[in-house]
Amino acid sequence: MTDKTDEVAVSATTEGRARDPLWDDDKPVRRPVGASLKEMARYWWRQLTSMRTALILLFLLAIASVPGSLLPQRNLSPSKVREFFADRPGLAPWLSRLGLFDVFASPWYAAIYLLLFISLIGCLIPRINVYLRAVRAMPPKAPRRLSRFSDYAHGRTDDSAGEVLDRAEKLLRSKRWRVVRRDDGTGETLSAEKGYLQEAGNLVFHLSLLALLIALAIGKLNGYEASRIAIEGEEFCNTQMSYDTFGGGALVDGTDLAPVCITLNSFDTVYDTDLTPAQFISKVDYATTLDGPTKSAVIETNDPLRVDGVRAYVTGHGYAPVFTITMPDGTTRTEQAPFLPTDQRNFGSEGALKLDTGDNENSLALQGFLAPTSQDSGDGVIISTDPRLLNPAVALFIYQGYTGLDTGKPQSVYTLDKESIDSGLLKKVAAVNLKVGESTTLPDGTKITFDEVREWAAFQISHDPGQVWVLVSSVVLLGALMMTLMMRRRRLWVRVSDDKSGRLVEVGGLAHSGQQAFTDEFSQLELRILGRARPEDEESQ
Amino acid sequence: MSVNESLAAVSDHLFSGAVVGYSIGLFALCGDYAFGKGERRAAAKAQARERTRELASVGAGGDAVPPAAVVDHRDKASEDAPAKPSVWGPRLGLIGIVFTVLGLGLQIAALTTRGIATGRLPWGNMFEFASAICICAVATYLVMAIPRPSRRFLGVFVLPAVIFILVLIGMRFYARAAPVVAALRSYWLAIHVSAATIASGILLVSAICSWLYLVKAKHEAHERETGDYVPSRIAGNLPSAATLDRLAARTMTFAFPIWTFAIITGAIWAEAAWGRYWGWDPKETWAFISWVVYAVYLHARATAGWKGKRAAYINLLGAATMAFNFIVVNTVIAGLHSYSGL
Repeated sequence: MTDKTDEVAVSATTEGRARDPLWDDDKPVRRPVGASLKEMARYWWRQLTSMRTALILLFLLAIASVPGSLLPQRNLSPSKVREFFADRPGLAPWLSRLGLFDVFASPWYAAIYLLLFISLIGCLIPRINVYLRAVRAMPPKAPRRLSRFSDYAHGRTDDSAGEVLDRAEKLLRSKRWRVVRRDDGTGETLSAEKGYLQEAGNLVFHLSLLALLIALAIGKLNGYEASRIAIEGEEFCNTQMSYDTFGGGALVDGTDLAPVCITLNSFDTVYDTDLTPAQFISKVDYATTLDGPTKSAVIETNDPLRVDGVRAYVTGHGYAPVFTITMPDGTTRTEQAPFLPTDQRNFGSEGALKLDTGDNENSLALQGFLAPTSQDSGDGVIISTDPRLLNPAVALFIYQGYTGLDTGKPQSVYTLDKESIDSGLLKKVAAVNLKVGESTTLPDGTKITFDEVREWAAFQISHDPGQVWVLVSSVVLLGALMMTLMMRRRRLWVRVSDDKSGRLVEVGGLAHSGQQAFTDEFSQLELRILGRARPEDEESQ
Repeated sequence: MSVNESLAAVSDHLFSGAVVGYSIGLFALCGDYAFGKGERRAAAKAQARERTRELASVGAGGDAVPPAAVVDHRDKASEDAPAKPSVWGPRLGLIGIVFTVLGLGLQIAALTTRGIATGRLPWGNMFEFASAICICAVATYLVMAIPRPSRRFLGVFVLPAVIFILVLIGMRFYARAAPVVAALRSYWLAIHVSAATIASGILLVSAICSWLYLVKAKHEAHERETGDYVPSRIAGNLPSAATLDRLAARTMTFAFPIWTFAIITGAIWAEAAWGRYWGWDPKETWAFISWVVYAVYLHARATAGWKGKRAAYINLLGAATMAFNFIVVNTVIAGLHSYSGL
């Protein structure tokens, strides 16, 4: 519908009455000049809660999300952020200052959606009040000139006004319109309205949007996400200390995490014939109290373990070689370390193992490459040709010396300290390829045996107390959205008046939205109200 | 699960057949569009005459010699040769619809055989996903055009877009029939990706309607200015701008809740598969951006000063974000030169 028709309609319905905010569009307000502080405040508040502002803020929200998807984000991939810094050392610090590497947590992004929700709340509350009154109110009085509506029909009748309007009322009530009869100066009138649920859907939609945001915020503040690697046979518990990474909301202090202990019994990958991984199966045991019963569960790709609000996912996997080290004095130790895959197809993995022998100056460190299915590519360099554990071999560089484990300085678990190697504190004493069961003896008598390969799984433990409410809000939101888009508010008036040529019956109607559908509906209704069509004829239409 | 290679080859042939079917259909619909223009031009001229007459009678008031007389003179000449209702127009229109339906059938068959060949639902990669979107777009067009033959003209604009997408994905984004990675082996594929596909297809048609609205609105404004019939090859033959605006809005009322559902089910799936229901992954972010832009469209249609052309532009912007989501986010951002991937 064009604006012009709406203006006609609006003026037709609002003759001599106050503005109906559920029916009329948002009209721009003139800025008051030389007004008091209170009036200026009121003006700015009305600006903030107007539809135009909501439009602009929504636009801004969309535009502001764009850099968050094009630039690397710290919460998604800190390594890519570091890469960006390395590639563009001039530009990166400025982008970082503007918060562009953490867009969705930045203050300016928050400002946009907070403004949006203030605007929304400021618009919702009066509208809810208006609606609660309108829901109970009777349809408005019939305008004087029904002919000004685009949906208009008229006819002559010999029936009395009462009969015509009774027929109309019966028809409309059977179609669940709200009907009221009035007698004004020009004749007897009937006012009808239908489609109140459209505004209800609109209000519920926006309220559930608010509820969703609040639930999201509560979840983020009180939730946490942690990760660690566990090798088959290892057990870990839900305490901040046992995790490799731990990130929690502002209200999480790491002390009251739900008690859960998980043991990884086995990890298996099921492959397709072309070696695409089809399924990842992690068999775990878990317990929620110290001496409580242990239950078993299987964690699969789309199926995490859910216990006590804690969700356990397996987000990665790899291989961990197990070595037995026999010291010169006869003591044996069995050590294992997860190796990280460098090739996601064939799972050639790299890693390190550091051993504190008690003698700081003479500790043992291994760095190596593990191939689950090894093949000699020549010159003793092994490569992996299959992700399955068919013929594992490990290529080891063995170092002895000072590992730096006692300094307290954090080191990577998966590599040896380069400084120590470069400065000669850690000396390479052997380089050897070992198959399972093979061993090598160092000059000083230490024997290193490659026992077996176990698999490890990367666990992610998450907790979000708000997420079920986010889900409920979004379901309600969807239902309300469909309601507000499908329903249509519309009004219909009938006037029976006597003029010089007889009795005139006029029917006029107005739709808030869905003009074409209403025009179709109107053409049906007016035929029956004006008595031109009998009910039996309806079937043929 | 091994792939049935012969069935996959059949699927590819059916795909090519669908493109041919659509092309023939498009050709026929263009014929309908062209042959009918004599009638439409006459109707438009008659309308323009009506308008001038109205204006003249309003303006004349109590003039002794109404300027309408001058207008009548000119009309007499053109009224002498009324346009005959075109014979070939509707026939070609029917042929066009038949071939479009045929093309749609072939496309559905192509996707189905691919699904049988791989033993999974056939929307697991870009190629299949885009094919499914095209199916939904053509289906939307047919649902609109078959009951009301006056809407067949939409095919002249929807089919080229569909053919372009199919040729593009066939040449650039083609993926051999193969199983999907473990993460996609879930019943959520049926729910979430289906919803996204259907919504995208309908939104494509809505965007085309909005674009046609802009073309027609400009033409109508031109006609209002000059007060007379303005000849035009394309715009003149389109139905009224109000009709086009309404079509765009009605398709949007269908598609927007479906898109919302797609985002919600995507979040539910992400919670089960990725460990969190929303992580601002680029795909999630752009789905959100599209949703917000379409929300702006719906708000604009209820705001004075923003209905009509501005709303139409917003619809086109929304379609652009969907296209960006599909093309750039799937290829560039996941690739080497983007840093925002995982």
